[in-house]
Amino acid sequence: MSELKLYEVFIRAKSGLNHRHVGSLHASDAEMALLNARDVYTRRKEGVSIWVVEADKITASNPKQEHEWFDPAEDKVYRHPTFYPLDKEVENM
Amino acid sequence: MYSQGLTDAKGQQEPADLLAEFQAKIDREEKIEPRDWMPAAYRKTLIRQMSQHAHSEIVGQLPEGNWITRAPSLKRKMILLAKVQDEAGHGLYIYSATETLGVSRDQLTEELLTGKAKYSSIFNYPTPSWADMGAIGWLVDGAAIMNQVPLCRASYGPYARSMVRICKEESFHQRQGYEIMTVLARGTAAQKDMAQRALNRTWWPALMMFGPSDKDSKHSEQSMKWKIKRFSNDDLRQKFIDATVPQAEHLGLTIPDPKLKWNEATGHYDHSEIDFNELFEVIKGNGPCNKERLQARIDAHKQGAWVREAAEVYHQRQKDNNESEAA
Ligand SMILES: [Fe+2]
Ligand SMILES: [Fe+2]
Ligand SMILES: [Fe+2]
Repeated sequence: MSELKLYEVFIRAKSGLNHRHVGSLHASDAEMALLNARDVYTRRKEGVSIWVVEADKITASNPKQEHEWFDPAEDKVYRHPTFYPLDKEVENM
Repeated sequence: MYSQGLTDAKGQQEPADLLAEFQAKIDREEKIEPRDWMPAAYRKTLIRQMSQHAHSEIVGQLPEGNWITRAPSLKRKMILLAKVQDEAGHGLYIYSATETLGVSRDQLTEELLTGKAKYSSIFNYPTPSWADMGAIGWLVDGAAIMNQVPLCRASYGPYARSMVRICKEESFHQRQGYEIMTVLARGTAAQKDMAQRALNRTWWPALMMFGPSDKDSKHSEQSMKWKIKRFSNDDLRQKFIDATVPQAEHLGLTIPDPKLKWNEATGHYDHSEIDFNELFEVIKGNGPCNKERLQARIDAHKQGAWVREAAEVYHQRQKDNNESEAA
């Protein structure tokens, strides 16, 4: 028998925070993945909510294209408030 | 999500610019992530190191599992169960991190069960008394912490992150062990003797957990450069000795080393020569419990086969039911 499907696990540590990737595990279906994720990743109340996603359903950007993809954001300084000098009188804006 | 084939380095020259950029990234203390380019030898070394680590966590459950049914009170039983369950979790965190390097769980399991992969030599020693549960938590988990804390900064992201989780959990392991030793050391003469004998049994094997001495350690230099190892075996071992001796003294227990002595000049404890032949023998498979440990894993895997099959069949049936409902 081949190994069970791979699921990626995301946990919300407490309400108000984002779910965050914590690792992965194998399970036969999503329900089992959730149960295993609870036992493996939240034994000390590390979470109040769990997402599991079949690993091969995730589409990821290519690290080889990191520069092409993300560098264009670097030279757009005018997207940041500090680009706009203010007169002293109104500098708390 | 991270699966990526193993690149075969045999005969295949890796581009110098990629290699240089890779090393520069590590030198800048940036992490390597699963889909980033990495030299085949880095991947291979990590798979070996991480899978050995994961196997150690899994096999490491056995010597303590031996005492779950015989723990002296309900409280001790619950603590020991929680600790052993943590070790299973540690194994899973690291297996999951190892799989991001493109090796399958089935392959890792097979390498353990066929004896191809190694695990920490310490788990091939027997645990004949309850005090061994104390000595293991205190010394074996203590040594593991010494090894693992620097690994929280390992250059490979998934490995480092799994170590952060693990280190958070390990300190409970060490403390519960030391507490067992404390209670025994302050108990009757027979109990104190039991604690002392467990310390005698565990001390040398625990020191060997740090691996061969620096002059015989083959992988060290490259691993240091790659930052998947931060301190040498001997440095970590010395740190462990320096931290542990006062803890033994505090309990009135004696470290089984007649040459152990504080050295004012070096600021460290001097100790006897370690018999590394014993370590090499245990690694070769000739330790007191090697066969028993491996057999226990093989049996557990076989006996669990029906559970994995049932889960698959259940999943298939649920899927079929859903499909026929939808139709
Ligand atoms: Fe552990
Ligand atoms: Fe560990
Ligand atoms: Fe532990």
